[in-house]
Amino acid sequence: MIEFRSVSKQFPGGTVAVNDFSLVIPSRKTTVLVGSSGSGKTTILRMINRMIDPTSGSIEIDGEDISTLQPVKLRRRIGYVMQNSGLLPHFSVIDNVATVPILSGMPKKKAREQSLALLDTVGLDRSLAHRYPSQLSGGQQQRVGVARGLAANPNILLMDEPFGAVDPIVRAELQAELIRLQRELDKTVVFVTHDIDEAFLLGDQVVILETGGHIVQVGSPTEILSDPANDFVASFIGADKGKRALTIRKTPRGEILVDSEGRAAGVLVPAQDGADR
Amino acid sequence: MNWIANNLDQVGQLTLAHLAIALPPIVLSFVISVPIGWLANRLRWSRGILRWSSGALLTLCVLLYAIPSFPLFVALPSLIGTGLRDPVNVVVGLTLYGIALMVRTSADGLAAVDPDVRESATAVGFSGWSRFWRVELPLSAPVLLAGLRVVAVSTVSLTTVGAVLGISSLGTLFTDGFQRNIPAEIATGIVVTMAIALIIDAILVLVGRLLLPWVRATSRAGGPRTSRSVKQAVVT
Repeated sequence: MIEFRSVSKQFPGGTVAVNDFSLVIPSRKTTVLVGSSGSGKTTILRMINRMIDPTSGSIEIDGEDISTLQPVKLRRRIGYVMQNSGLLPHFSVIDNVATVPILSGMPKKKAREQSLALLDTVGLDRSLAHRYPSQLSGGQQQRVGVARGLAANPNILLMDEPFGAVDPIVRAELQAELIRLQRELDKTVVFVTHDIDEAFLLGDQVVILETGGHIVQVGSPTEILSDPANDFVASFIGADKGKRALTIRKTPRGEILVDSEGRAAGVLVPAQDGADR
Repeated sequence: MNWIANNLDQVGQLTLAHLAIALPPIVLSFVISVPIGWLANRLRWSRGILRWSSGALLTLCVLLYAIPSFPLFVALPSLIGTGLRDPVNVVVGLTLYGIALMVRTSADGLAAVDPDVRESATAVGFSGWSRFWRVELPLSAPVLLAGLRVVAVSTVSLTTVGAVLGISSLGTLFTDGFQRNIPAEIATGIVVTMAIALIIDAILVLVGRLLLPWVRATSRAGGPRTSRSVKQAVVT
């Protein structure tokens, strides 16, 4: 469990990126921080591994105040995946994945063997192991980034818009892959995005943020969609217009759902057990 | 050609003497310049007087190159307590010139490391020290190597100036050739000096290829990895 207690961050220039932010991030669930630019979501994420230290307030991981921990050691036990993969261009794929275990003192041979297995986990062919990141496609690079994030077998995985720079088809593949991985690995995932569809797809808990890290609403996708806290949320999630505001239209062949533009969006089917999230 | 055949021994000895003077400054100026370049970068990102001192430091180093070489070699013995004809004078002087060329390159090379990569290295748990050795230094190596190649050829060529003060090197072939009016001797001095410069340059290129295999792989794949090139990367 990660707990933020009245955390604020003011940057040297005077900008208040986050103001009095409190949140509990449950273990073994995916929490998605979603908001537009300037909402402080990335600042909040980076405070978890002390890339940024708060100006006031405290952050605890499993009851331990992280300001008392050594930043380098803390980072080595937290997985981090960023936009544009952040891979080291001068390390081969396998050495990129093995980076953190080797930094933590694991013998190189063992770290590489373990990293090969991780390539399988993230759906990459082992034949790519000795290529350099620049020789991979954007989607493949992100997969390597995820493998690197998992290499030290961390309990916590931080993901900073990891799929923001790949095209929609690859993004959908990577999202599906992350859902599968999360089912197998059960990590505490903290995911930052500005894409509300991605937030609803991946999040067990979705946190909608406004400027300055102000929380507008926290809840499961179902809770937020069925009961938006205010007009801002309703408009942000598109409940008031577009593709999420669906109406039933009768046609000669049966009923279909149409969006506000009148385009066919789907059909109504009987509910399945356990489909509710 | 007869002159060369008759004086092969002398040319060989002068070549060795030349290398003994030229190689230490190449290594020393590199080893000294990289930390200065690193320091200049650190200062550049700080505030107030420290930030200003970064530019002053770089300018000061570059100004070393403006000191005329002959007076420098004459003045050095009294400054560092060596004899007038001690090769150490030339080694020290050439090291100063090497630093003048190399410091700016070092600072620029280290500053050019992709900030995304630097940040992600920090995020996964590199400490400041290991990040410098394992990320920043290797990634700036192509730029450092380019600078080192200039320093190497320039140093090999400048080494000849010492001959005017009576410090043996291939430059001795010029001074001796002029005094005794032997054009073949002068020509030999020029050609062998340039050949040494070329060979050292070739060795540096080769070492670069061996130590930096990722550079060629990256350029084949379409330029260095920048955040932009990833966005444009081809779909799986």
